[in-house]
Amino acid sequence: MKELKVQPIKDGTVIDHITPGNALKVVKILGITEKQPDSIISIAMNVVGKRGKKDIVKIENRELDPKEVDKIALIAPNATINIIRNYEVAEKHRVSVPDEVVGIVKCPNPNCISNTREPIETKFIVKSRNPLKIKCYYCEREVEDISSQIM
Amino acid sequence: MNFRGRDVISIRDFTKEEILYVLEIAEKMVPIAKGEKKSNLLNGYIMASLFFEPSTRTRLSFESAMKRLGGLVIGFAQPGTTSIKKGESLADTIRTAESYCDVIVMRHPHEGSARMAAEFAEVPVINGGDGAGHHPTQCLLDLFTIKKEKGHIEGNKVALLGDLKYGRTVHSLAYALALFGVEMVFIAPPELQMPKEVIEECREMGAKLEIKNDIEDISDVDVLYVTRIQKERFPDPEEYNKVAGSYRIDAKTLEKVKDDMIVMHPLPRVDEISPEVDKTRHAAYFRQTFNGVPVRMALLALVLGGIE
Repeated sequence: MKELKVQPIKDGTVIDHITPGNALKVVKILGITEKQPDSIISIAMNVVGKRGKKDIVKIENRELDPKEVDKIALIAPNATINIIRNYEVAEKHRVSVPDEVVGIVKCPNPNCISNTREPIETKFIVKSRNPLKIKCYYCEREVEDISSQIM
Repeated sequence: MNFRGRDVISIRDFTKEEILYVLEIAEKMVPIAKGEKKSNLLNGYIMASLFFEPSTRTRLSFESAMKRLGGLVIGFAQPGTTSIKKGESLADTIRTAESYCDVIVMRHPHEGSARMAAEFAEVPVINGGDGAGHHPTQCLLDLFTIKKEKGHIEGNKVALLGDLKYGRTVHSLAYALALFGVEMVFIAPPELQMPKEVIEECREMGAKLEIKNDIEDISDVDVLYVTRIQKERFPDPEEYNKVAGSYRIDAKTLEKVKDDMIVMHPLPRVDEISPEVDKTRHAAYFRQTFNGVPVRMALLALVLGGIE
């Protein structure tokens, strides 16, 4: 029988323990398909792991930097990032939701000062981590669908 | 308690003790606000009054407060006469204004504008209303009015009536009243009822609440806080007329209320309180308007360090 599982990668990043159903959003947020059109990306969704269902994204020949990791934390707070070098896990870290989210999410309130041409970055205060709730530092509006507001 | 240099952006920036302290200072300011006593407490200080949106009471009472304390006022009430018309950002306007003054009072149409201004300004910023956001000095003067009229804030039953969904002042007021453990009744048509998150928060803070759609029975209410129902919230003018009519306070509404029940309103009012109520013992809204002066005097004196 043919092996259908996603194969190990030589170099790159494996994002594991993504909240089930969010793998495609992770890929979209990272913008990998546009930035590195030559990267091979493998996506596995609803994989049954030890801690229940999860999604996995494997990106070949690309190591994620911390700012990108922050972006993922907003929609996949339990994800782990594995940096793979020569088939080995060279670095492993959990994403952590920062106390403040700066310059990543756009405020959903069209009348918020952060949506005008003032010289400021958007800023959100993390109210709770599980479930994830963030609130605009300026207008205090809570963001209902965080993934749709990622810039 | 040290207020010197502090920004006043939202009522949530204050503890209950700090609110009571501001009200205590405001009480001492009353004779000066009335012109019965002279003061030079803020002599030599300059307040910049930056009003990007129309205002009668907030702007005039802030200017009166500063001048009654011997301070000076610069500023504008129409941004059309400034470089904003040339496209200057709020951040640059704030940086310019602060180099000419010791405290900034501002009203701006965008939510979060005062918080942003406070980040750019070294001098204290007092929020005089940021879009549909906060209006902390209104909230403080409302609390001051309840305390002054009823002798205390706790122990009253306060009904908030009208547009509770979009009304800028009522969300902050509900929070502040909950902080004091005040029992509240939210009376509004279903489409303009208090947002769920405000109701939940007040309940979490331990406030006893009632949610109603009509003003049939307000016989046990101590304070009736009325707000304006805005016509533009209704796509159908007929619907507006129906709703506005059923929430109008007139002599008949007041037939079965407590003798010492007070009617408050942040003003401007349109039709929601009939002029015949003005002459009754219940009408507290003009005294409430005056109270804006001593409360704003207290805040100015505190943030400028005139009073420790």
